[in-house]
Amino acid sequence: MSPIIIAILILGGIGILSALILFIVSKRFYVKEDPRIELIEAVLPGANCGSCGRSGCHDFACACASADSLDNLMCPGAGNDAMKKIADIVGLTATASEPMVAVLRCNGSCENRPTTSTYDGPKSCAILSSVSAGTTDCPYGCLGCGDCVSACKFDALHMDPVTGLPVVDTEKCTGCGACTKACPRHILELRKKGPKGMRVWVACANKDRGAIAMKECSVACIGCGKCKKVCPFEAITVADNLAYIDYTKCRLCQKCVAECPTKAIHTTRVIKEVKVTE
Amino acid sequence: MLHTFHKGGVHPPESKLTASAEIIPVDLPREVVIAFAQHIGAPAKCELKKGDHVNRGDLVAAAGGFVSANVHASISGTVTKIDKSKTAFGLPVDTVTIVASDEDHERDLEAVKNPVAARTDEEIAALDPKEIIGIIDNAGIVGLGGATFPTKVKLCPPPGSKAEVLIINAVECEPYLTNDHALMLQHPDEILEGVKLLMKAAGVDRAIIGIENNKANAIDLLTQKAESDSRIEVMPLQVKYPQGGEKQLIAATIGKEVPSGALPIATGAIVQNVATAYAVYEAVKFGKPLIERVMTITGPSVERPGNYLVALGTNLKAVIDVAGGVPADTGKIILGGPMMGKSAVQIDAPTIKGTSAVLMLPQSEAKRNKVEPCIRCASCVSACPMGLEPYLLSTLSRFEQWEEVEANKVMNCIECGCCSYICPSTRPLLDYIRLGKTTVGGIIRARQQK
Repeated sequence: MSPIIIAILILGGIGILSALILFIVSKRFYVKEDPRIELIEAVLPGANCGSCGRSGCHDFACACASADSLDNLMCPGAGNDAMKKIADIVGLTATASEPMVAVLRCNGSCENRPTTSTYDGPKSCAILSSVSAGTTDCPYGCLGCGDCVSACKFDALHMDPVTGLPVVDTEKCTGCGACTKACPRHILELRKKGPKGMRVWVACANKDRGAIAMKECSVACIGCGKCKKVCPFEAITVADNLAYIDYTKCRLCQKCVAECPTKAIHTTRVIKEVKVTE
Repeated sequence: MLHTFHKGGVHPPESKLTASAEIIPVDLPREVVIAFAQHIGAPAKCELKKGDHVNRGDLVAAAGGFVSANVHASISGTVTKIDKSKTAFGLPVDTVTIVASDEDHERDLEAVKNPVAARTDEEIAALDPKEIIGIIDNAGIVGLGGATFPTKVKLCPPPGSKAEVLIINAVECEPYLTNDHALMLQHPDEILEGVKLLMKAAGVDRAIIGIENNKANAIDLLTQKAESDSRIEVMPLQVKYPQGGEKQLIAATIGKEVPSGALPIATGAIVQNVATAYAVYEAVKFGKPLIERVMTITGPSVERPGNYLVALGTNLKAVIDVAGGVPADTGKIILGGPMMGKSAVQIDAPTIKGTSAVLMLPQSEAKRNKVEPCIRCASCVSACPMGLEPYLLSTLSRFEQWEEVEANKVMNCIECGCCSYICPSTRPLLDYIRLGKTTVGGIIRARQQK
């Protein structure tokens, strides 16, 4: 017999034998998986961002399929519509949650906050924040190395080359919160997306006294408390020389925006008429 | 053959511009800003309020726990502010500002000129170990090598461990730094007295003073002075960085390795810096708390580089001005040595117990080189004195693989910077490893608290 035929026979034999073993094993040890898991995974974004508190999208899908109620299960990345679809698949009802979006509590652009020192180490906010207060005088604001941008799985964050600050693409942002965890200064915050995408927030995290804060950055919150006085809904608190707007109480009247002497309060839209119902 | 440690190490250019230079006292300032957190451990708690008058050496803030240290006033004066000020790294810390009146200033100058002994030699000889540790604790003495670990904690070993030998760290392996060298040349008797006090406090009858042999005059002087006491041995060591690291010095002097995760006391050794020994002597003899220290102000373009005796709390800018100000070509101002020091972002900051040196490097020397890809040469592995794999730790940290980082013993890293120094691709290895170490440290602490 020629060596070619011997080789074909041996290899073919091994192939047939292996196929047989695989066939038996797959029949004997077949793991029955809930078919709904696959359906649920199709609805999920598949980014494995972990914002649901599970180790990934598959884990979340398994949890949904085996859950008695969807109350504690929510995929911020997929949103309410997807949760409704999942609820239909598993035959439960999903409670709608408020859509969230990331906002930056800093407006320390190159113009507003002058650079006072240089840094030539690795481009990482975590490393920079561990060695110094950053390249500006403000020890609370954005470090500008883009740890949040690399943390975003949804391509919703980009560095603005002019201001040196990250910009949130509200269309793409799912409110998963990965950036808020990545930021060593904790200046990215999840806030309610708001009706028609309207939000009002203090774009500053500086806790220094007013005079020092002003020196560090021209648009810093100086903790003067004017916004607190003008707010009809008691949504604003001032602590450690810094104002904070509670988004659960804020009714978007925007009185504080006009009142702020340093223009530290930001809003996503300017509306002409302000109606306040007390 | 001189002793040294055997694992890793590098030989950076010594650049000791101010070697053997006399210690120059900087004029007492009229205003000091004293930080409450000048040591490793819990910050001290403020004992004063605005308007209080304090004398030089009075308590400003009391230790805030076991691993903590008292903080004292370095000048007499009135408390004008209890507020936050910025460190040289731009971070806000709690501080107290003391301003001296003319009268206060005169009195302080007189006290500096003619120090009054608090104890006679007989009284010092009669002190028992507990009393000595009590004096060290009250004086707020911390390790002056740079890590500022409270000295009394090291002298109280945990139950079950026993100290056998006191190792005095006079290695000063960092390039440029000469403050310990100057101190040894100028105050050898006081240092030896301090060593004897530390030996008594630790309950050991053997002390080794480790000095690198680039300080031949200090070795000769101390050997000659220590001849009368057979318990103290002055040991010349080969020059190699980071021999001043606690674990490396133990390996170099007594040939023992500190096990991973254990304290140095596991080898029976207590390591204290030579400047700490001097501070102990001053505290016992003159009742003087840790309110001043010798700093090396240096750099290739500095006008008057030297070893300066500075009252702690003096503004950093004022200290630099004494040495001739910041040179025009300065690229980085580094607090500490070039290997382990941190780059300052501003100099309107108070000096603290850990400020061992101010190094002003020209832009040409200070700037980092372009980062090239890793060529797998393993230079960092051979240079690491702790036997770690820096290239691996750095990459794992960069990709946030914290479990792997921990498994590869990142907590053993002493942050000496040998890996970054030796890397032919000038990769920022230590930057990432330090990030890994901080993160893993946090994870471990959180786990322990659970």
